[in-house]
Amino acid sequence: MSLLKIRNLRVEFGSKAHPFPAVDGLDFEIDRGELVGIVGESGSGKSVTMMALMGLIDAPGRVTADELVFDGHDLLKLSPNQRRKIVGKDISMIFQDALTSLNPSYTVGFQIKESLKVHLGLRGAELEKRALELLELVEIPAAKSRLDAYPHQLSGGMNQRVMIAVAIACNPKLLIADEPTTALDVTIQAQIMDLLGRLQQEHNMGLIMITHDLAVIAEMASRICVMYAGQVVEQAPVAGLFDAPRHPYTQALLAAIPEHSKGANRLSALPGIVPGHYDRPKGCLLSPRCRYAQDRCRSERPALLDGVRCFTPLNAEGNPTHG
Amino acid sequence: MTTQTQALETVPSYPSPLKEFWQSFSHNKGAVVALSLFLVTVCCALFAGWLAPHDPIEQYREHMLTPPSWADGGMSTYLLGTDELGRDILSRLIYGARISLFIAFMSVIMSFIPGVVLGLLAAFYQKHLSPVIMRLMDIMLALPSILLAICIITILGPGLVNTMIAIAIGTLPSYTRLTRAAAMAEINKEYVTASRVAGAGTLRLMFLTVLPNCMAPLIVNATLGFSSAILEVAALGFLGLGVQPPTAEWGTMLSAARDYIERAPWVVTMPGLTILVTVLSINLMGDGLRDALDPKLKRAA
Repeated sequence: MSLLKIRNLRVEFGSKAHPFPAVDGLDFEIDRGELVGIVGESGSGKSVTMMALMGLIDAPGRVTADELVFDGHDLLKLSPNQRRKIVGKDISMIFQDALTSLNPSYTVGFQIKESLKVHLGLRGAELEKRALELLELVEIPAAKSRLDAYPHQLSGGMNQRVMIAVAIACNPKLLIADEPTTALDVTIQAQIMDLLGRLQQEHNMGLIMITHDLAVIAEMASRICVMYAGQVVEQAPVAGLFDAPRHPYTQALLAAIPEHSKGANRLSALPGIVPGHYDRPKGCLLSPRCRYAQDRCRSERPALLDGVRCFTPLNAEGNPTHG
Repeated sequence: MTTQTQALETVPSYPSPLKEFWQSFSHNKGAVVALSLFLVTVCCALFAGWLAPHDPIEQYREHMLTPPSWADGGMSTYLLGTDELGRDILSRLIYGARISLFIAFMSVIMSFIPGVVLGLLAAFYQKHLSPVIMRLMDIMLALPSILLAICIITILGPGLVNTMIAIAIGTLPSYTRLTRAAAMAEINKEYVTASRVAGAGTLRLMFLTVLPNCMAPLIVNATLGFSSAILEVAALGFLGLGVQPPTAEWGTMLSAARDYIERAPWVVTMPGLTILVTVLSINLMGDGLRDALDPKLKRAA
């Protein structure tokens, strides 16, 4: 049985008459100990999906799903109180900007101990020991003195490590990392990614890595889920996806990695932006930007078939197949 | 320069927030002077029984309207002279500090706590509670605070507790608005989301997660509110609506001395000067606090 199973998740904003689907019929699954990457450009609904999963979408937003099951609990049927107990302990999240995701008013030690106290009921010396252990686990030097430091006294990379320590404090079954390295410089990025990968292996956690940096997850994830305009457009094991992308969007994303444009005069780019509320195309959502778009793409929406949402999936040579 | 580097090397632990605060506060010399003046006033209020040379309501009928000791005809037992009933002005001022500071302090507390709670509620329940609370505050803001205080005292009747309530209600909107604005800026930050993800309930989010980060402007507002409360206590006393005689209170002393302003100017000057110095020192202190607590105004280390 999978750890998390989402079926037909929809998150809508705006009025009931003209809703804007930020997430549009998303299916997703992850097992214990699996590392899945979710990629897509800004505005493709990656973060909103995770927010919906954590129950963080507030009033004007509406969340519906056919199935939203985490570890045997139907998240749709839980009361907010029960949900807090389960979600707070077993699902954790790491945010993009570590500097703003730690509370500036409290010491690092206090923030690590807070959830240990509430969710695991640790007290006194045991609590102290576990907090220190966690800081050492995320490889913070001089961990003991750092417990009394405030977030503004630490560097960005150090804060992100603290954030990871807070997130894994209660041994969560699922960890969601929302662009954990975007705000960090390149040398620290690799260290943080290694750390996350190691912790995921050691604790047998499910790890969902949201990113728009394909290179980052290429070597870590087992499976990659490509999102565009609130939909999954391609879902495949890493090897297959990188060698032979089947969706034109994935192909374009891969081509946009600067290393792939070596020797060319201009970097390869995908023209246009993700459609918003008022310019959603009638047919395939990618059709205005897709170089292979045909008449059928502009009038009908393709379904997710065999892990790819396209009428003419690309073959191994990168050309559209017909029929 | 060298001593500084050495100091940094030998002290590896982080400076405590209190120490850091004092370092930036003590840069402002005016604020430090104001703080010591304020502490003197507080000591007067706390130890009035020991410090005052005379009983504040004891009437020395044979020494009515004695000038201060340094003026012609002054007596060394009455350092600042006596008033129209022969009461020692210095003793009355010292005991008056007790009343003024107590009312001011209580009214700040009484407006601070409900104001902060209302502000947090308005920030957290923006759809339903916020319009109700904020429109109510707008109505209260539309009336001048002294007028509102007079209204409330007229309804409740004059007296110590009613003066506190009147002043507290008048200053409530500023705390509510300030808290709401600060909390709304904090709510959207990621650490609040992180807290929600970790399973924090609304109460915990309000008071433990968000409130500590809104405290700096609130503390400054409270100190400034403290000084304006002292002024309002004096104003209400002057109008005869505050503390009733014979209790020594600065505003009441001022108003009683009005009739002798030409014959015995010290009777009106002394309480006036006391109010001026106290309010000025608290305001300067508030300025210093603002500079020390606001990270944007903080001197670069």
